[in-house]
Amino acid sequence: MYNIVTKRELVPHINLFEFSAKEIAVKTKPGQFIILRVNEKGERIPLTMADVDPEKGTITVVCHEVGKSTRQLGQLEEGDCILDLLGPLGKPAEIGKFGIVLCIGGGVMVAPLYFQAKALHEAGNKVIGGIGARTENQLIFENEMREVCDEFYVATDDGTRGYKGLGFLEELLKERKIDRVITMGPILMMKKVSELTRPYSVPTIVNLIPIMVDGMGMCGACRVTVGGRTLFACVDGPDFDGHQVDFEELMTRLKMYSPQEKLAFVFYEEGGSSL
Amino acid sequence: MSKPKPKVRKEVISMSKQGLEERIQNFNEVAFGYAEEEAVAEAERCLQCKKAPCVKACPVEVDIPEFIRLIKEHRFDEAIKKVKEKNSLPAICGRVCPQEEQCQADCTMGKIGDPISVGRLERFVADWERERGYDVPQKSASTGKRVAIVGAGPAGLTVAADLTKLGHEVVVFEALNKPGGVLVYGIPEFRLPKAIVAAEAEYIEKLGVTIKTNAVIGKLYTVEELLESFDAVFVGTGAGLPRFMRIPGENLCGIYSANEFLIRVNLMKAYKFPEYDTPVWVGKKVVVIGGGNSAMDSARSALRLGADEVWVVYRRSRKEMPTRMEEVENAEEEGIKFKFLSNPVRYFGDERSWVKGIECIAMELGEPDESGRRRPIPIKGSEFIIDVDTVVVAIGNTANPLIQQTTEGLEVTKWGTIVVDEETGKTSKEGVYAGGDIVSGVATVISAMGAGKRAARAIHEYLMNKR
Repeated sequence: MYNIVTKRELVPHINLFEFSAKEIAVKTKPGQFIILRVNEKGERIPLTMADVDPEKGTITVVCHEVGKSTRQLGQLEEGDCILDLLGPLGKPAEIGKFGIVLCIGGGVMVAPLYFQAKALHEAGNKVIGGIGARTENQLIFENEMREVCDEFYVATDDGTRGYKGLGFLEELLKERKIDRVITMGPILMMKKVSELTRPYSVPTIVNLIPIMVDGMGMCGACRVTVGGRTLFACVDGPDFDGHQVDFEELMTRLKMYSPQEKLAFVFYEEGGSSL
Repeated sequence: MSKPKPKVRKEVISMSKQGLEERIQNFNEVAFGYAEEEAVAEAERCLQCKKAPCVKACPVEVDIPEFIRLIKEHRFDEAIKKVKEKNSLPAICGRVCPQEEQCQADCTMGKIGDPISVGRLERFVADWERERGYDVPQKSASTGKRVAIVGAGPAGLTVAADLTKLGHEVVVFEALNKPGGVLVYGIPEFRLPKAIVAAEAEYIEKLGVTIKTNAVIGKLYTVEELLESFDAVFVGTGAGLPRFMRIPGENLCGIYSANEFLIRVNLMKAYKFPEYDTPVWVGKKVVVIGGGNSAMDSARSALRLGADEVWVVYRRSRKEMPTRMEEVENAEEEGIKFKFLSNPVRYFGDERSWVKGIECIAMELGEPDESGRRRPIPIKGSEFIIDVDTVVVAIGNTANPLIQQTTEGLEVTKWGTIVVDEETGKTSKEGVYAGGDIVSGVATVISAMGAGKRAARAIHEYLMNKR
């Protein structure tokens, strides 16, 4: 059993959890993920870590309630426990001294992006942050990101806050010499960012968490096509070269269980709870 | 004065099974197991021959004639103790061992009739004990030595049980959320109920072993780090990496590896969705590619999940199938169809990128290859199409690579398996032993247990001689 040390609602339906998991906290590097299970009947939920505190022995994840399993997690409180917590999984992100690094995050994935941005900042890079959300009141981790970025941009899909869409990125690419781009967010956003950086040949790293079960290379559910080769996101990633990823296939495969996911959610909300 | 010899029954006592109609609609165990009087009647058939070819063929050296004699005398409690002197997982072995190739293969009784059903008798005494609660044997005095086991599969659990009985402190690190390895994620409920795996793992814990789940070695700790606080390490991480054919269309939706399909169904209990949260999707027409036990398990699971039609497509012929014939018979009885001498070339998808067809090519058998089986050769121009909704690729697994990638000084073969001394399981790295599928590639539960047994003996010797 793993204890929830902190729970904070960042915005409606997006929660931050700090779990007590000393062994994992000591070993985790930015870019890696965990798999958790709320209870005996629960799904294995993969989440890229947003921070760790090795001394305190905790790891931090931020989770968006998008279906039954994530909703169930969202309903837990500080002091509650989850049944399973496994990690650190996946390869660590490459943290080097690149020069000027652009960190573009969207939605809930701004949180794990912060973990990488912080490490890149500490490694002596000039970090330019750009975070976004659908609309103003959906923005998360703004203050955290500001702290580790030398320059900072905010954007929303509807323009209620900051720039509208990814226009700022186009300008930055045009005006500045960017050495590396890290992008974490919805697949469509990462695809768009990768397309924008391609003409400038800026190395662009995406962090992919497709549907996966074991998270250790055993099931192959998370297979992605990268540069024409089939790779497993869980062990070969989760970071990949955004210019090589087949995003169309990734999006299709992500929707594979949509009908079942809806069914499970309805079943849960209408009281067929397995808690 | 010699008594007249009683006539020995030549036919095996049959074991009742769930009715066909019923069983293809549920995941309950197919075979019911012997009742007491059936077990005794089967035990009475044993000739108690002196040369005991059964014992010689048992990878874990169970004293088979003796435990059968005890059953014959209704001394079930002593019978299971006799089995457990050598085998800590009898309820599992009684169900999934290929006895027909091992203990039963050279059975003397088999020369004049059916061989003694050692497996069913083993299962009987194991179940008899489990229903009454385990008797835990006395532990030897502590040696003060600590052993780490990586992987709670058949090999790891066997090493753990043997070493704890000898007084060593044993911690098993398991990456998944339950102990059992392939016994929980691979073999379906209807062949091996998970409650039985849990009970046998619990028995091993009662012996004094600590099993730590959700602990992935290579990530959480390296083998090197384990050696800082343990005197020896046994690696039994298995062959859990799925193989794909790398043909066009293999990433379409609706195409699973057997591992994914079986992990969803077995470990995550997707057959109980939505009561359990993990889904699995099975269409009307399912094709399973391959001829091993995982192929049979996938096909029979697909049928139980509601498929109308399930085909097994295998590139060689029935004779070369690596699965147990008993499983093929079960599958056929349940209505699974077979397409032999055929191999997929590519997959077609619909407009939503879901698989809808397989282009296959017919094969013929050529000269035997290194496996001793005749090599399948494609016949030019023989391509044909099979319509399909779901595909399960069950063409085998390769060794889990994590330990090999993260441990310096560990000699590895070109197939990624760990190199060991056959008799001891000793690797090229001091204090590190390995056994099971991580050494042999995909094999059987019992051969992994046999390797575990040999390694346990060697580790014990190593620890007792270590200063």
